[in-house]
Amino acid sequence: MKNAIPIMLLLSGFALWACGGGGASSGNDKDTPTALTPEEQMIAEGKGIGEVKYVELKTPLEENRVSRGKAIYDMKCAACHKLDDTRVVGPGWKGLTTLRRPEWIMNMITNVDIMLERDPEAQKLLELCLTRMPNQNVSIGDARDILEFMRYNDGER
Amino acid sequence: MKKFLWFAAGFALIVAALWQCKTKGAAGASSADAAQKVYVAPGTYDEFYNFVSGGFNGQVSVYGLPSGRLLKIIPVFSVFPENGYGYSEETKAMLMTSHGFVPWDDEHHIAMSLTNGEQDGRWMFANANNTPRVARIDLGTFRTVEIMEIPNSGGNHSSPFITENSEYIVAGTRFSVPLDNQLDVPIETYKENFRGTVSFIGIDPKTGHMNLGFQVLLPGINLDLSRSGKGPSHDWFFFSCYNSERANTLLEVNASQNDKDFIVAINWKKAEEYARAGKGKVKKVRYAHNIYDEKKHMATTKWEDEVIMLDPKELKDFVYFIPCPKSPHGCDVDPTGEYIVGSGKLAAVIPVFSFTKMQKAIAERNFEGEYDGIPVLKYDAVLHGEVKKPGLGPLHTEFDANGNAYTSFFVSSEIVKWSLKTLEVLDRVPTYYSIGHLCVPGGDTRKPHGKYVIAYNKITKDRYLPTGPELAQSAQLYDISGDKMKLLLDFPTIGEPHYANAVPASLIKDKSVKIYPIEENQHPYVAKGEHEAKVVREGNKVHVYMTAIRSHLTPDNIEGVKVGDEVYFHVTNLEQDWDIPHGFAIKGANTAEILIMPGETQTLMFKPDRVGIFPFYCTDFCSALHQEMQGYLRVSAPGSNVPLKYGTGSPQPPQ
Repeated sequence: MKNAIPIMLLLSGFALWACGGGGASSGNDKDTPTALTPEEQMIAEGKGIGEVKYVELKTPLEENRVSRGKAIYDMKCAACHKLDDTRVVGPGWKGLTTLRRPEWIMNMITNVDIMLERDPEAQKLLELCLTRMPNQNVSIGDARDILEFMRYNDGER
Repeated sequence: MKKFLWFAAGFALIVAALWQCKTKGAAGASSADAAQKVYVAPGTYDEFYNFVSGGFNGQVSVYGLPSGRLLKIIPVFSVFPENGYGYSEETKAMLMTSHGFVPWDDEHHIAMSLTNGEQDGRWMFANANNTPRVARIDLGTFRTVEIMEIPNSGGNHSSPFITENSEYIVAGTRFSVPLDNQLDVPIETYKENFRGTVSFIGIDPKTGHMNLGFQVLLPGINLDLSRSGKGPSHDWFFFSCYNSERANTLLEVNASQNDKDFIVAINWKKAEEYARAGKGKVKKVRYAHNIYDEKKHMATTKWEDEVIMLDPKELKDFVYFIPCPKSPHGCDVDPTGEYIVGSGKLAAVIPVFSFTKMQKAIAERNFEGEYDGIPVLKYDAVLHGEVKKPGLGPLHTEFDANGNAYTSFFVSSEIVKWSLKTLEVLDRVPTYYSIGHLCVPGGDTRKPHGKYVIAYNKITKDRYLPTGPELAQSAQLYDISGDKMKLLLDFPTIGEPHYANAVPASLIKDKSVKIYPIEENQHPYVAKGEHEAKVVREGNKVHVYMTAIRSHLTPDNIEGVKVGDEVYFHVTNLEQDWDIPHGFAIKGANTAEILIMPGETQTLMFKPDRVGIFPFYCTDFCSALHQEMQGYLRVSAPGSNVPLKYGTGSPQPPQ
């Protein structure tokens, strides 16, 4: 599964490149319609849209992050996301960290309105769930803790 | 009798004016130019917030100007079933008084908090006329967060006018009443036993919390309206009064006998010094002080039991009476603080008093006598001049920044613009019909923003499509940027507007609160996440710690409740996004619904009266699956052994 992601990303990058040109490109690139904007680049890499450009993951897990992430999950996420793979209001979290890049997860949590507007993967989820994921007013630091808890939930240690 | 004739003449004029307006009125004044000036394109904002007192609806309504669009209704002194104000367990205490729970009041005036004599956009204060109270509205949340009852008072009308740095708001008695232990007296002993008071309510500069500083004891006159001084007159407060005759019956005639009543000038700085020096008498009273805690999301009532009373008959040189023609209503101070405009509602002139002359007359003890032991200054010694033949029935005056005054005339249905310097009438425009209060943005402060004057009319008649015997009150917006006032717009209002403030949007809009952070919620029955949702029985009280998020309630199935129980639904909205409230209602509840803002907890108390299944649901459309946001409460017979059971299930595979 893990190996499939880069291939998918390449493919989606190609898809975006193929339909490029008409989109918003920055002024300097006007003559080179094939160049991706930074946002398109992020989407092509499967990182979503938002302030989170790169996340460094450590092994073993940072335990204090895991426990803080669990507390935030209980308060702000658990009403809609179960820890197994059942979908309630939103998808269950089991396997999420292997399916999505960490940057995408954190951008989805902290920049959900833009993600639902412009990120194709987020839009697919909205079509599936029909309830917009709420902006739960989570800071980037808190989103990082939630991510660590997700890794724990996926069996990493 | 003379005044009676005035009334008769006044009414004849109203009739004449109305008749005239029917023939020439409604259409003529406005134009395409006017439409352009009030057009606020879809998705763009108005330039001003217009906070309008609701009169007999006990609310403050908020409009945008120049569009006249209604943006918000803020319940203050009246219950509001629409959001549960006065019904929810958290807000009931806001309407507590020494008379118990009072669900309605008549709210006349509002006053924005000031810094250096200018609007600062922090709080809005309001008065309750009937059961005397003052309130504070937080302009971050647009919610009523504090209400204080006023002891030793009846008819809190000249309130809640404010000093230049929000040091004090005031509460003056329109209806004098007997005080102390002399309460059960014949009404005809009015002159001996009835007294007026003015309360000075201190405002904490950081929290805004109110504190009854002291009261000034006055004879049994009817205090009407009020303004604080400005700049050079900063230390003073001015109150108009009628009924210097001290009549207690048929005031329409009996309180219109004297040729002049008074403007009462109170040096509040000196009064404050007397109070701080312990010169006042401490009176035993009992009044409610209700504060809403925005972290606990709950109001509590504190009972207060003392007030300092200052008697100007004993403590000299801080209260003076200025004679003012014929039952003055408005008592307005111009932006420089030099001129005090008294609007004798039955007078043929508008007297304008000079603060400098008043100071001189006091220094020279230029008195014409005393009224109940309080010195009365000589009219001519204090008078700056009179505006001659301004119109009929002057009520209120606001100001622009260019030395002009705008006075409303109830009887002749018009706004008259006049010059403070020359006292000449510069322009007049008709209003439709019978204007009461009026408002220029910042027009009561040291820094008027000008641009518009808004008329709040008492009579509507034919201005809008008819709606049966009861009509909306009409407001009208006039452009005052040129020499001539121009009518731009009519807009209907709710309740019966009295005074209003218009405030530049920039002072308020960017600090508007969007959500309550769930982390900071200190409500004793909060559920910070579904893992904290539960049902707890304490005797016959059942506490449901419920959560709401798009699109389900937890728990949504509850059993084990019995007839005779009191069920408290403490609903926490787990959302943290702007404009995602949830609502809650249950069949047969004898209260109103509750609306719960993101991160907030609110409580609906339900006493089931019969055995059965009671559906409950979210009342505020929240998502595509809003219709699915529902649940059931099972109510069993008293003494039944159905165990307490609750939860929200997990997804079931399709059958």
